[in-house]
Amino acid sequence: MADPMRIRAQMANDKTAGDKATVRVLMSHEMETGLRKDAAGKLIPAWYIQDVSAQLNGKPVLSAQWGPSVSKNPFLQFSVKGAKVGDKISVTWKDNKGDSRTDEATVS
Amino acid sequence: MKPPCPDQRAQASVPGHLHGRRATPSQRAAAALLLAASAVTPVLAVAQAKSVTDGIAEYRRMLEDANPAELFEAKGEALWTTPRGPKNATLQRCDLGLGPGVVKAAWVQLPRWFADTGRVQDLESRLLSCMETLQGFNAAEIATTAFDKGEQATLAALAAWVSAESRGQAMALPQGHAEERRFYALGQRAFHFRGGPMDFSCASCHGEDAKRIRLQELPNLTKNPGDGVGFAAWPAYRISNGELWSMQRRLNDCFRQQRFPYPAFASDVTIALGVYMGVNARGAVSIAPALKR
Repeated sequence: MADPMRIRAQMANDKTAGDKATVRVLMSHEMETGLRKDAAGKLIPAWYIQDVSAQLNGKPVLSAQWGPSVSKNPFLQFSVKGAKVGDKISVTWKDNKGDSRTDEATVS
Repeated sequence: MKPPCPDQRAQASVPGHLHGRRATPSQRAAAALLLAASAVTPVLAVAQAKSVTDGIAEYRRMLEDANPAELFEAKGEALWTTPRGPKNATLQRCDLGLGPGVVKAAWVQLPRWFADTGRVQDLESRLLSCMETLQGFNAAEIATTAFDKGEQATLAALAAWVSAESRGQAMALPQGHAEERRFYALGQRAFHFRGGPMDFSCASCHGEDAKRIRLQELPNLTKNPGDGVGFAAWPAYRISNGELWSMQRRLNDCFRQQRFPYPAFASDVTIALGVYMGVNARGAVSIAPALKR
């Protein structure tokens, strides 16, 4: 099974930012492009995250389609309007092998 | 005369080449695309005219919140408390120098003398001892395993977590035991030992201030290079290959760059170099596990 993500969700310090929370996500994934070769010269099959989505208290706030050009162990940062302290942010990714992972964090 | 660092001759022949260089429009576009791919709301670089070092500093700031070493820390923390190995035991009784199970502040006092093994040990060799005595793993087998494979990957994750438990603390390597002082002297000798096809030593590149290889600044490791630089920054996550490197692996690659034979994992010479650099860096604040290019 895939390793857990690290998710941090924080309300913006800046008063003018209002009800915006900044969410930072680190995902643990190999993100193989499918173009690299191993030591034996054989092509390493592509293996990368295809779909990323985020929910605020279960309501979708972000969905993204990724490809093989995103780096290994990718980092994603976004801000969410209408968030408040104590809200739940959950992030889900799904890769091209059908593996997926969901992790949750509380807005602080 | 000292042999110059690999790329300095080339630099000398094209003065100002690196500082004068600016990104072409297509390079800027490519950089923006990359940012867009890795972050939904990227803090776009205002990159225009500025020095190369400013550019690198900015790149590091942008990645500050996103150090994937955290993923390895989390893995290491879980591995510490997971019963594993032939004895199906955890590492929670492992003595890293401050008593069984004490992890906080242990890393800034390593390498140090351990009476039970009768050796000066660095973090990785100590973890290896614990994995052997507590969990029943074959230490010799792990020591010859390729980096990032099998139990070597376990070691790297553990090293990331243990070092993270000392983040923000000053390096405080002990020198009370005679063996610790002998290892310092041995490390000093190894650091200045010139050899190999290029007649190199560690000191060729790390013995003076303000040296660099291409765009990489080289810390002067014969003295305290400052907070979070050199010994106080490793283990670190290498962006270029997406792997977490312990100090053992860092040194292994330094030997390769000097075209020396590879040192054995956790061998005395690697630990002695650690003692030398660590004692020199006393007082420097640790940022390990850091983020490297």
